Amino acid sequence: MAFEAVIGLEVHAQLSTRSKIFCACSAAFGASPNENTCPVCTGMPGVLPVLNRRAVEYTIRTAIATSSTVQRRSVFARKNYFYPDLPKAYQISQYELPIALGGHIDIETGNGPKRIGITRIHMEEDAGKLVHEGEFAGAQASLADLNRCSVPLMEIVSEPDMRTPEEGGAYLRRLHDILVYLGVCDGNMEEGSFRCDANVSVRPAGQESFGTKAELKNMNSFRNVEKALEYEIRRQIERIEDGGKVVQETRLWDANAGVTVAMRRKEEAHDYRYFPDPDLLPLIVDESWVEELRKTIPELPAEKIARLERQYGIPRYDAGILAADRALADFFEASAAIYGGNPKTTANECVHWKDAVFSGALSPETIAHAVEDRERGTISATASKKLVELVLSTGKPFRTLRDEQGLTQVSDASALDVIVEKILAASPKEVESYRGGKVGLLSFFVGQVMRESRGKANPKVVQEVLKRKLG
Amino acid sequence: MAITREEVLHVARLARLSLPEAEADRLRVQLSAILDYVKQLDRLDTRDVVPTSHAVETGTPFRDDVVQPFGDKEAILANAPDRHNDFFRVPRIIED
Repeated sequence: MAFEAVIGLEVHAQLSTRSKIFCACSAAFGASPNENTCPVCTGMPGVLPVLNRRAVEYTIRTAIATSSTVQRRSVFARKNYFYPDLPKAYQISQYELPIALGGHIDIETGNGPKRIGITRIHMEEDAGKLVHEGEFAGAQASLADLNRCSVPLMEIVSEPDMRTPEEGGAYLRRLHDILVYLGVCDGNMEEGSFRCDANVSVRPAGQESFGTKAELKNMNSFRNVEKALEYEIRRQIERIEDGGKVVQETRLWDANAGVTVAMRRKEEAHDYRYFPDPDLLPLIVDESWVEELRKTIPELPAEKIARLERQYGIPRYDAGILAADRALADFFEASAAIYGGNPKTTANECVHWKDAVFSGALSPETIAHAVEDRERGTISATASKKLVELVLSTGKPFRTLRDEQGLTQVSDASALDVIVEKILAASPKEVESYRGGKVGLLSFFVGQVMRESRGKANPKVVQEVLKRKLG
Repeated sequence: MAITREEVLHVARLARLSLPEAEADRLRVQLSAILDYVKQLDRLDTRDVVPTSHAVETGTPFRDDVVQPFGDKEAILANAPDRHNDFFRVPRIIED
């Protein structure tokens, strides 16, 4: 029997605000333990949470960018549970009335573009962090660091619209890129700024109703999400084929073992007794506020890919790589504006040197000059690479270095004639074999000429001269 | 009878309260009386009434995104029953 997987993803993204969502503590990562705490985020009696306007704006921008509908009125609710990383014994979240509903994003798949629905976006606060490792491994105590308590998060819940791990990965990457483009989340998965849980089920192909789903957690990279989905889908199918049943449960991805493992089931889990938080009045968002924010939305990845493809005639794949990072795409466009000869070559160079691009060590001019000189045959590909490396180590302009280093390439056929003659005279046996039909020896001759010219000969012209002389 | 004994025990467990047998019964009677009292509202047709979460209908006020450190970590940690350096020390929780 053929099976089909049904995948829905929940993303928790940390909003890049300076302060926390309900108090003025810093939301920065990496402070010393409990440095960023105050009576509000540690849940002391008598304090009142006050909502961070920027956190709301960032969430509204995300809603606009995912074509979701911003709700005029949304309500914060308390999600009640006991855990030492949660000093109030409830998390402030949104439940029945979230800030945004009903959007979508478009992804690229092997079978063309596909639209993935967004069910809802809601705002909430993060919990603290517990330390069990190090000297406390095996100890009777855990240590709580409440710096993360009340750091602003938004949860973005997709429709169960994905059918393969690849689609799941494509959705996550696209959503990640959108948030980073918007500047609402730094997208750092290692620091937990962008986290993902997955709901997965399988059903016989053609069946309408969903199978029983498992919830996957603990996947901290795009690759791990794809691998965990692959594993879990196979596990569920095998279970059904063996006559078993899939159990609704939460499973943790173990990246080292490459398996998902059922979490010990907590008694009475998921009885959170949500109710509207009496400390926070409803969040009212007027249409005029949404319209104001709509004007601040930059060109987003999907639009940028389409435009780069159209405007520069580069393959969609290349446009996708460039557009995955706004800074890289901007750099490419700046380079192509200086020298527009062959944007595909410019794109390749930008991707090749992207680390230097991100660190700011490279100017668009360098890449433009490198591409232009190569296309005009003034320098070889090898020399181009060497020169860019020199630009990075010395900081001198590309063309100054080119002239200083004498790396200009010899493309003049008559100048190369002399070297070619010399090489052919020195290799009579190979010349005979070549003429006898071993045409593969051409690369041997090219190599010899290149060496003799100390890399300065234009290999394309060398080939032409060689063919003429040997032919 | 609006509430069962099992529900009383369930709610108590969620609140981490241990109830002696006798008290569970006493609370069941009291909680049932409270629920029955509130149940009088069922006599009204509230189909078109939006649930009231707050008594005032203005929106929540905002604060600007400005960091103002509280600046007294000791005061925060002073409330902890137990601490280790600058951490709160809590009974070990097995992550599951």
